Amino acid sequence: MALVRAHVLICTGTGCTASGAKNVLARFEDELKAKSLDKEVSLVETGCHGFCEGGPLVIIYPEGTFYTRVQPEDVAEIVETHLLKGRIVERLLYKVPLSEEEVPTYEEIPFYKKQHRLVLKNCGHINPDSLEEYIGADGYEGLAKVLLEMTPQQVVEEMKKTGLRGRGGGGFPTGMKWMFCAASPGPKKYVICNADEGDPGAFMDRSLLEGDPHAILEGMAICGYAIGADEGYIYCRAEYPLAIRRLKGAIAQAEEAGLLGENILGTGFNFTLHIKEGAGAFVCGEETALMASIEGKRGMPRPRPPFPAVKGLWEKPSNINNVETFANIPYIFRVGAEKYAELGTEKSKGTKVFALTGKINNTGLAEVPMGITMREIIFEIGGGIIDNKKFKAVQIGGPSGGCLPDSLLDTAIDYDSLIAAGAMMGSGGLVVMDETTCMVDVAKFFLNFTQAESCGKCTPCREGTKRMLEMLTAITEGRGEKGDIEKLEKLAVSIRAGALCALGQTAPNPILSTLRYFRDEYEAHIFDKKCPAGVCTALLDYTITDGCKGCGLCKKVCPVDAISGELKGLHNIDQSKCIKCGACQEKCPFKAIVRA
Amino acid sequence: MAIKSLEDLRKIKAQANQDTEARHNNETQIIIGMGTCGIAAGARNVMTAVLEELQKRNLHNVAVLQTGCIGMCQKEPLLDVVRPGEDRVTYGPVTPTDVPRIIAEHLVNGNVVEDLVVAKISNKA
Ligand SMILES: Cc1cc2nc3c(=O)[nH]c(=O)nc-3n(C[C@H](O)[C@H](O)[C@H](O)COP(=O)(O)O)c2cc1C
Ligand code: SF4
Repeated sequence: MALVRAHVLICTGTGCTASGAKNVLARFEDELKAKSLDKEVSLVETGCHGFCEGGPLVIIYPEGTFYTRVQPEDVAEIVETHLLKGRIVERLLYKVPLSEEEVPTYEEIPFYKKQHRLVLKNCGHINPDSLEEYIGADGYEGLAKVLLEMTPQQVVEEMKKTGLRGRGGGGFPTGMKWMFCAASPGPKKYVICNADEGDPGAFMDRSLLEGDPHAILEGMAICGYAIGADEGYIYCRAEYPLAIRRLKGAIAQAEEAGLLGENILGTGFNFTLHIKEGAGAFVCGEETALMASIEGKRGMPRPRPPFPAVKGLWEKPSNINNVETFANIPYIFRVGAEKYAELGTEKSKGTKVFALTGKINNTGLAEVPMGITMREIIFEIGGGIIDNKKFKAVQIGGPSGGCLPDSLLDTAIDYDSLIAAGAMMGSGGLVVMDETTCMVDVAKFFLNFTQAESCGKCTPCREGTKRMLEMLTAITEGRGEKGDIEKLEKLAVSIRAGALCALGQTAPNPILSTLRYFRDEYEAHIFDKKCPAGVCTALLDYTITDGCKGCGLCKKVCPVDAISGELKGLHNIDQSKCIKCGACQEKCPFKAIVRA
Repeated sequence: MAIKSLEDLRKIKAQANQDTEARHNNETQIIIGMGTCGIAAGARNVMTAVLEELQKRNLHNVAVLQTGCIGMCQKEPLLDVVRPGEDRVTYGPVTPTDVPRIIAEHLVNGNVVEDLVVAKISNKA
């Protein structure tokens, strides 16, 4: 047998699989065999790197070369040039936008340079199907330390010292939550992992489950020991088949190894885990609705108190945390609370993973220390706005978050500063918008989502979101009236106060924050019947300018015969017939049709 | 594989680290000339010999790298040994039978195999 001299890591997370990673993997298998390199070079499937935009991603060690957008037809060249002859295939390296500079390794890419990968450390760097690789990366050391050296009370105390706050949206201190549940009497308790990840655009939990499933299991087992639970559930949406497969595999491996199940590490501690697949309703991410769903009931929130720590799943004391929250736990117990708490701000400790999307050059997952500014995330990690357009706003916190303008770009990000600014941490979605975005339209988009996902149990949310959406629709269609803004504000405040769960309570946030920072846009829509960003079609007119040569192409293409004019003469659009489809503008060879 | 104690866990960790050592930053390196000239002169067999020898002697934390043609084609196959803090030594022409000697004397014991040396590059440069 010969030594394995090189490792080819291929990301087969959901993003890279969608862009063809499985075919790349198959080609590598064939090519390595054909060149008799299959004994000395090993192929490893990994989870997501959070840089899906550059996928399929391939990293080759020992050099650590980072290849992006690898296609099956590139594989023969990589094998021949890199793996056989040791020369880097430069055309497949990541290129910095604008400067076109080629970057050979992962650590040097600007997208990763400013990140602080603590929770995502293993994602993309170990084989998630291998318990051994997880253990090789310090896995299960935290659990071993907790079980062998600490009492449950000490674990809870240690958690309180970290200052960790829940990553699922609410930001509740995790140590306190564990303390409440630990204090609840009863022989039977549950640990629940919230892997419902309903926020549109967020995929950090999926990447963690796919890329480092054992970390979640370890975090849950530590929690079980701390609160006195011997059973746990992972509630994962059925739309995440790969995550579910990897979790099932990881649970089976951990059970076989004696890291889950009975008498773990010979300490007498028992802990078993189950997976419950959710159907993907947004409201089922709310903790009480989620527990109802596990019990087989309809997924609807119920009033709290009683809190889950007192009466949770099957009426037993339960502790529910988010995937990313649990992913912090193994690290915490490896390095200790003090070291963990060095990172972050006074009241928000550790790191947070953000999902960067929108009009930004580098989209993907960015893990940063709390307290970093929005500007650093968007312009340094995100690489700035596409096509050098002007930044307009960033929507943070998912559908229940808010939109912040450029004057707040230097805000240090933590739970409290975001709330003060009218947004929230939420699950960490960051949608960047440029000058071509209409803020009223954005508010409408998010309200459309929350309105559709409202479970309908309580009136303020069920009726209120519908009314607000109707008003926003009217405003974007030019039917806004004086007094609408005030009505919206009043409605928003009463929904916030009256709704039963956070879905309804936070649904007005996108409206309130856009009204706070972009009120002039609402006014332009309502009073001038104009959309300053040029997005709301009903408020736009297509007109033909003097540049018209009378070719008649527009007349032919218009689906509603709104255009009239003689051949070689100036044409005209009948605004009462025009449906603003834009077909004429696209067709005009002289660019004589304008939209304003 | 049942893990019953901290020692069991540590054992698996050590094994896993060996299995993934190609992914770590190893400062001790063997670099083989894999240009067209090197391959024509038999560099593939030298590579195989290196990998087998490392495995046989259970040597770890050595990166095996390749390089292209460096313009000394008549001396191919070329093989470089790099030890942390020492000069980079280029050997050539190297045959598979030379490999165990280079590994034993230089890589392990730090004594340069002078009769096979082509060049030395100071690492202080
Ligand atoms: C409508 C709604 C949807 C939610 N969706 C999620 C979700 O997908 N994932 C999640 O972890 N928490 C979600 N939450 C928050 C949970 O109710 C709960 O606060 C969280 O799982 C607690 O974990 P943490 O303390 O670790 O953040 C949602 C809340 C609401 C009101
Ligand atoms: S606020 Fe909305 S989602 Fe929450 S319980 Fe009421 S109707 Fe259902």
